[in-house]
Amino acid sequence: MTDLSRRAALKGVGAGGLAAAAMAAGLLRPADVLADWNKRAFESKTVSDALRNLKVTAPIESKDIAIRAPDIAENGAVVPIEIQSGVPGTRSLAVLIEKNPFPYVASFDLSQGALPFVALRVKMGETSNVRVVVADADGKFYTAAKEVKVTIGGCGG
Amino acid sequence: MGDPMKIRAKLDGDVLEVRVLMAHPMETGQRKDASGNVIPLHFIQTVTAQLNGKPVFQAETSQAVARNPVFGFKLKGAKAGDKLAVTWVDNKGDKRTDEISVGAG
Repeated sequence: MTDLSRRAALKGVGAGGLAAAAMAAGLLRPADVLADWNKRAFESKTVSDALRNLKVTAPIESKDIAIRAPDIAENGAVVPIEIQSGVPGTRSLAVLIEKNPFPYVASFDLSQGALPFVALRVKMGETSNVRVVVADADGKFYTAAKEVKVTIGGCGG
Repeated sequence: MGDPMKIRAKLDGDVLEVRVLMAHPMETGQRKDASGNVIPLHFIQTVTAQLNGKPVFQAETSQAVARNPVFGFKLKGAKAGDKLAVTWVDNKGDKRTDEISVGAG
């Protein structure tokens, strides 16, 4: 490798690092990332990769996050979920279906006048934990999960 | 464009309880059509709501949101006569905005 190409390569790494730093500021806050939908988090195939790409660090298990979902979902194509966060200063929350091919389903920015509540309907490929991660105003993370048993999967066929 | 959303909003004091139903196939990219061809990914990626033009709720979403998505959320500080607009944008760049006027609680 010539010195020149090595320099070009180093420059490339530098730019990537900057982008990563910029994204770190925006995590779980769609207001900042809307322009570039968090592709890396959405394409992550494991929960740990997805959380890393969402810049979630050291989430604390919390009983203040209430997840309402059926214990048994007969049809995985439509599973209703309601989330209520009692974490003080909840700014945003993310929903992950741990056993889905791509676990990260959605995140919601609630920092601009919304109450810490969200309802949505998701697809589940198989029985799995539904995991919620809440970010508070201090940038701390809290998490809770609820298992939903699925009798007919909703992702393929 | 897609079909119009159904936006339901109910005032409870100064809290507006919103429920939005969107018409969208939310294709996962894993289904096959009758002749065995994979149906490409086609799904809503962002949802935003504005109250009187001010952003109040934003979401980024994946293909794992169920077909014809429903989102529920609650906004503080709303009153009768406010304008609530909801916009979705999908992965093909298609988008749709619908607006309602908040009725008296």
